[in-house]
Parts: sequence; structure tokens; C-alpha cells
Amino acid sequence: MPRAAKETPIRVLIAKPGLDGHDRGAKVVARALRDAGMEVIYAGLRQTPEEIVRAALEEDVDLIGLSILSGAHMALFPRILTLLKKEKAGNIPVFAGGIIPDEDARRLKKAGIRAIFGPGTSLEEIVTTARQLARGSA
Amino acid sequence: MTRAPALPAAARAIVSGDRRALARVISAVENDDPASVPILRALYPRTGRVPVIGFTGPLGVGKSSLINALVAHLRARGETVGILAVDPSSPFSGGSVLGDRIRLERKADDPGVFFRSMASRGESGGVAATTREAARLLDAAGFDHVLIETVGSGQVDVAIQEIASTSVVVLVPHLGDEIQTLKAGMFEIADVFCVNKADLPGADVAKRDLADLVTLGMRRDGWAPAIVTTSTTDGTGIDELWSAIAAHEQYLVQSGVRERQERRRLTHEIVGLVRERVGIELTAELEEDPKLRRLIDQVVDRSMDPRTAATRLYEGRGSRRRPDR
Repeated sequence: MPRAAKETPIRVLIAKPGLDGHDRGAKVVARALRDAGMEVIYAGLRQTPEEIVRAALEEDVDLIGLSILSGAHMALFPRILTLLKKEKAGNIPVFAGGIIPDEDARRLKKAGIRAIFGPGTSLEEIVTTARQLARGSA
Repeated sequence: MTRAPALPAAARAIVSGDRRALARVISAVENDDPASVPILRALYPRTGRVPVIGFTGPLGVGKSSLINALVAHLRARGETVGILAVDPSSPFSGGSVLGDRIRLERKADDPGVFFRSMASRGESGGVAATTREAARLLDAAGFDHVLIETVGSGQVDVAIQEIASTSVVVLVPHLGDEIQTLKAGMFEIADVFCVNKADLPGADVAKRDLADLVTLGMRRDGWAPAIVTTSTTDGTGIDELWSAIAAHEQYLVQSGVRERQERRRLTHEIVGLVRERVGIELTAELEEDPKLRRLIDQVVDRSMDPRTAATRLYEGRGSRRRPDR
């Protein structure tokens, strides 16, 4: 197939902010997004908000996915959103997954996290939402 | 500077150190966005300045960790580094997981390091079709060194030698006996051999086998590949590895090999670009050729072989074109 004819793949950063060693969920999501044809930059464990934003800018991603199970989401997620805005990259959609109580989820969505997936969410739903967010149709 | 033409805005931003602009233009290059063409054109005179060091070798030998160690080594000397790390795209979904970044340890606010992951996007030689142009962008952006990590799928990751000025082949102990070192492919492109994970038993044997290989035959360019043992867990050999790379770079300049290498590569690049365009045009043209459909019927029912059909199609194409002239 000629190079010029193909569709541009969606680039997505998957990262785990903070001190949290449980990355099974992030890996499962990374693999599902890969199988949906996306280029997944896997940033790995124990990333600071600064490192995550830096990675997102260098990798020129269309989308950022954060996984967290430590309970520190109310501190870390808004910090990431603030840093993105500071870098004039507030337009990059951010979604999240992990153990996030409903009340926190409402506040985080208000703060700008575009989608939050709790335990039991189907991979299909995550992939569909990720694609819509990246293509600007959600 | 009266003769320097005005640079397009994005090119100017890259030269002035705007990392976001650099990241965006790399994406444009990866996506074959026509907007990247004038930027690459404008920046080309500013490229060819710095060494491009390629790291290749099988899966899991520690290429990413080695690059991380070299980055720390170079940053301690105050030198800046741009890195491209290539991982495979799925032949099925087109997607990929780019995981080389997780080995990188640096201060989040260090502007002297730029790390970019690239998916191979259908190329089989260990780098993407656009890795060469992305490396040029890092060169134009002013980094002191450009490092490239290949996919690392194994024996035929040799496309890097068309891009890198020095190719480092990374191995580990117990990859196989000395017969492996005689095989064609990866072992032929090494300017520097790096036996990594030297803290494991067997590193001395691997080094000896490589030394035998190096003394077996002189390379055409006259360079005898260096062999270095390293361990990224305790930092052993990182200085020696960089010294070996620097020695090869010096050899390239002093021997005149670099100039010949440049001419040969740029010739390949230009011919390759023309071949790509001709291929695309020809494919489109042949797919619409009614003769192809007739020939297919004969090939399917075994009354003609594929090679004969191809010859008919190729020759028929010439005669059909002539009336147009």
C-alpha cells in the first residue's frame, strides 16, 4: 500500500501517575488500544505530572490516558490538567481509569477529565470513547 | 547572513529550540503530511552536522537501558541528546505499543534531552520509513548527538546502517555459538559490538567469539569493529562504549570514509524516493489495465504462469503509452 494512502494512526499516551505499582489495568487498556490500531506510548509506572506532560508533548499525542489505584487522583489529575494548560496543550483530551469514587469522578469531570472508567468497564467502551475523544467527536 | 533564505515559521521554531514545534513536525513527517516538505527542504542545509548513532540487536538485550546510561553520561558532560526509539507496528491492526520510554530517567525539566517513540509502520528493516527525516529534524534542532534505537526484532535489523554514521550492535552472553557470528545481516553492519549484561556469566566467551569474527576478515572500509562489554546495572563499560563510538566517528572523518558513505546513502535515498513514486503510479495504472483482468483468468486456470503474465503486462504498458507522446 502506498504510504500516502493510509489513515493517520491515533497516538495515545498511557501513564500511571504517582506511587502506585499496579499496572495490570493500564497494560490491558494499552493492548486493547493497540489492537484498535492506535500507537500507544506506554510511559510506565510512578510518573510525576511533569514527566507525563513532558512525554505527551514530545510524543505529540492526540490523547492521554491515566490509570490510578492509589487514591491520589484528586491531587495528581488536576495538577496534570493545570500543567497541560500552562504548556498551551489544554486541548489534548485526558481520560482516566482506576478506583475513583463517584463523588470524586464528578469533580474531576468538572475539572476537565473527559471520561472516567471504573472497574468492570468493557474494553470496547474504552476503545470507542478513546477514539471519539482523539478525533474530537466526543 | 544575507544569502540565507527566510525559514518557514515551523522551521524557525525548531532551530530556535521550540520542542513542541519539533514534536509536531516529526508527526507531520511520520504522517507524510505535505506540509512537512517545505520545512524539511528549508532545514536540510542545517543537517549532516552531528553523528547519528544507531543501536540495534535482538529483543531484550538492553538497548533502551544502554541508551539511558549513555544519555546520563553525555548530560554529565553538558552535551545534549535527541533520541528516536522505534518499535514495531502490528501487521494486523496497524497499532503498536511503544515502550522504550519507560527506561528513560532524566529530570522532567531538562531541555537537553528529547525522546521520541516511533512506530515502524510497515517497514521491516528495523526503522520506520521516516526515521531518517526525523533524525534530520533532531540534527537541525541543534542536539549535539542523535541516537536511534531500532525495533530489535533480530537478524535483519540492518536498515539503520543507511541512516546512522556509527552502528552499535548490542548483544548479550549466550545468544549462540560462534557460527551465529558468521551469518549474514546484523553482524556485518557493526562498527561497535557491545556485549551488554556483562555481569552475567559467559560475557568473556561472547567477547572472544566476536574478537575472532573481527580478526577473520578486513572490512571494505578498513575499520576493525571495536568490542566493548557493558552492564547498565552497575555502569560498567559505559565510558568505554562512548569512547569506541567516538573513535569510529573520528575514523570516518580522517579516512575519508564519511564522505563516500554520505554520497552512497544520499544516492540510495534519492533513487528510493523516485522508485516509491514510480511504484505508486505504476500500481494505480496497472490496477486499471483491462489486460490485467484477462491475464488473471489465464493465470488462475493455470494456462499461463505469473511471470509470463507480468512480462506481457509490462511490455503492453510501453506500447499503450507510445501514442500519447
